[in-house]
Amino acid sequence: MSKKPSATIDQKPAAPVSYGQAPVNASLTAEHKIELYRQMVRIRRFEERSHRAYTGKNAAGGANIGGFLHLYNGQEAIAVGCCSLMGKHDHVITAYRDHGHAIAVGMNTKALMAELYGKITGCSKGKGGSMHFFSPERNYWGGHGIVGGQIPLGVGLAYGVKYKGYKGSAMAFMGDGAVNQGAVHEAYNLAALWNLPCVFVIENNGYSMGTSQARSSAGELAKRAEGYGIAWAACDGHDVYEVRATMDKYLTIAREECKPAVVEIETYRYRGHSVADPDNTYRTKAEIEDYRRTKDPIQVFQAILLAEGVLTEASAEKIDEAAVAEAEAAAEFADASPYPTAEDIQKDVYWESDNPDQRTSQGRLFFN
Amino acid sequence: MPQITYREAVRHALAEELTRDPNVVVMGEEVGQFQGAYKVTQGLLEKFGPLRVADTPISEAGFIGMGIGASMLGVRPVMELMFWSFYSVAFDQILNNAANVRYMSGGQINCPIVIRGPANGGTNVGATHSHTPENILAAHPGVKVVVPSTAYDAKGLLKSAIRDNDPVFFLENTLLYGEKGEVPEEEYLIPLGQADVKREGKDLTIVTYGRPVIQSLAVAELLAKEHDISVEIVDLRTIRPLDIDTVLASVRKTHRVLIVEEQKPFCGVGAQLTYMIQAEAFDELDAPISRLCTIDAPAIYSPPVEAEQLPNPQRILKAALALLD
Repeated sequence: MSKKPSATIDQKPAAPVSYGQAPVNASLTAEHKIELYRQMVRIRRFEERSHRAYTGKNAAGGANIGGFLHLYNGQEAIAVGCCSLMGKHDHVITAYRDHGHAIAVGMNTKALMAELYGKITGCSKGKGGSMHFFSPERNYWGGHGIVGGQIPLGVGLAYGVKYKGYKGSAMAFMGDGAVNQGAVHEAYNLAALWNLPCVFVIENNGYSMGTSQARSSAGELAKRAEGYGIAWAACDGHDVYEVRATMDKYLTIAREECKPAVVEIETYRYRGHSVADPDNTYRTKAEIEDYRRTKDPIQVFQAILLAEGVLTEASAEKIDEAAVAEAEAAAEFADASPYPTAEDIQKDVYWESDNPDQRTSQGRLFFN
Repeated sequence: MPQITYREAVRHALAEELTRDPNVVVMGEEVGQFQGAYKVTQGLLEKFGPLRVADTPISEAGFIGMGIGASMLGVRPVMELMFWSFYSVAFDQILNNAANVRYMSGGQINCPIVIRGPANGGTNVGATHSHTPENILAAHPGVKVVVPSTAYDAKGLLKSAIRDNDPVFFLENTLLYGEKGEVPEEEYLIPLGQADVKREGKDLTIVTYGRPVIQSLAVAELLAKEHDISVEIVDLRTIRPLDIDTVLASVRKTHRVLIVEEQKPFCGVGAQLTYMIQAEAFDELDAPISRLCTIDAPAIYSPPVEAEQLPNPQRILKAALALLD
């Protein structure tokens, strides 16, 4: 089954070097470019290692990772490209496929892996899990489990930036499956009505879980923005340069003119919706292999950087080896870390119960 | 002491907090130009301007979610729900995002939002507009739930709610908006989670909150005058955190408990109270705990019959007398 009604990305040049000449990319130093590449590789290797942990067993014979695990393999250029554009007052929020964004904003992979393992050393102390990574100090506001539910929050971040008088923005990421949720449309309306600096990013990997775009969404996804008078664009998410060039335009407008935009970025995920998805009912192995072979964002960018003379095969190999080692170290750290205790269950529920010396309310907060 | 209405008390709390803290904003449907669907926010737009008092579209999931996101950045939004009944269309925002974000982030993110508006029956608007969701809200750890019954309480509690660093859901009552009470001109705060003994007595404790407090006070007066029965009335004021100590102290004094709530009985606040009283003061009880709730059906429209469905002085009187029989 074909995933898309039209193959727009195929109409673009195979080697879109022109995006490398966009000012936002042309101004990058060799070190910056290598850093973008390194981040994409680090995400890929982190996801592969977490997949291995999920399907493997710990020393006690139990599962390393519980619940769901939604992997980002294949979509790396989006999180890395978008987050590389962040300034001090730019904020990010996303849905449950949130590992890539977390690494792209600079979160420590040991804390991320430990969170997957449900350990107290995890970024949310083992209380959030795979779908709920947060790092407010890096302007990363999650990691949200309900499809589309994070988008009004993203508009709220944009509102907060504007209300406090900062020149900044919020990037509110969602998958293509989220565009049919009412909360997303309420958020579009508010962002347009109140001129909020929110860039809505649709990471269109073609499938809302196991239902293809053709079977779930009428019309063109980003074009729905027109109904709200919001600017929109679609771009190829397999090329990090194109992602950056497109997003830079709309982030600049958001910051300078306080206007929202919807940017749909074509991408593809190599793994199932979650690791629990056997991935054999709604798409073909050939389709996955075709994307891996021809559009893999890491391979695409590696080819560009090799051609630019920024990267050599040997340096690419070194980056990969370091990423593998980092992911392995993260898994070892996670494995060796302790779980939260039963006493931790009721911590982090209320600000007040965690700050008893500053509590102003009285009475019972918990009912056991 | 000046007498002002419950509506004015809420308004004064909003105005004082808007003046005190530039991070406080008031948002909701019709709160600005229309002056509030129930005129609670009357005059605030003129005084504070459209950046601080903002009209939202009819879009509860959108604007409540927006307020939650803004609160994560340190804005202190006070969001009006025209009716708390509309919480159902923003349920995910209120009870997934606001209630859980602190926990799921391992305590990294706070959500200092207040969501306020009326939650009551008795206005003949049918089942969709007559919900009293305090039990459903309070069932979510991470949130605080306040249901004031008087002008004095409404003002002092709302000011505390706005200064609170956790999400606070503030449930008012359209039938109380016009009720006058004494409210001092000088500033005061009432801590959340502190019940108030609205009337001292020795024969029977009525534990209640919201509008039934006012009805119970009238019944207590009648019982004293006509039956020589002394009723103590404990107004919870806050559902979560819960001041169970004040309830238990009253139980130890009167040994008989009637819980009156404008809620359906199943899994209501009274069910939780009943459990806690029997668990912690079983030997103090001289009779089974009695409970008077809204009659268990969707809110009926028919005006005279809706009055029968809700707690009312006649039903409270009957329940009190039955408990003392």
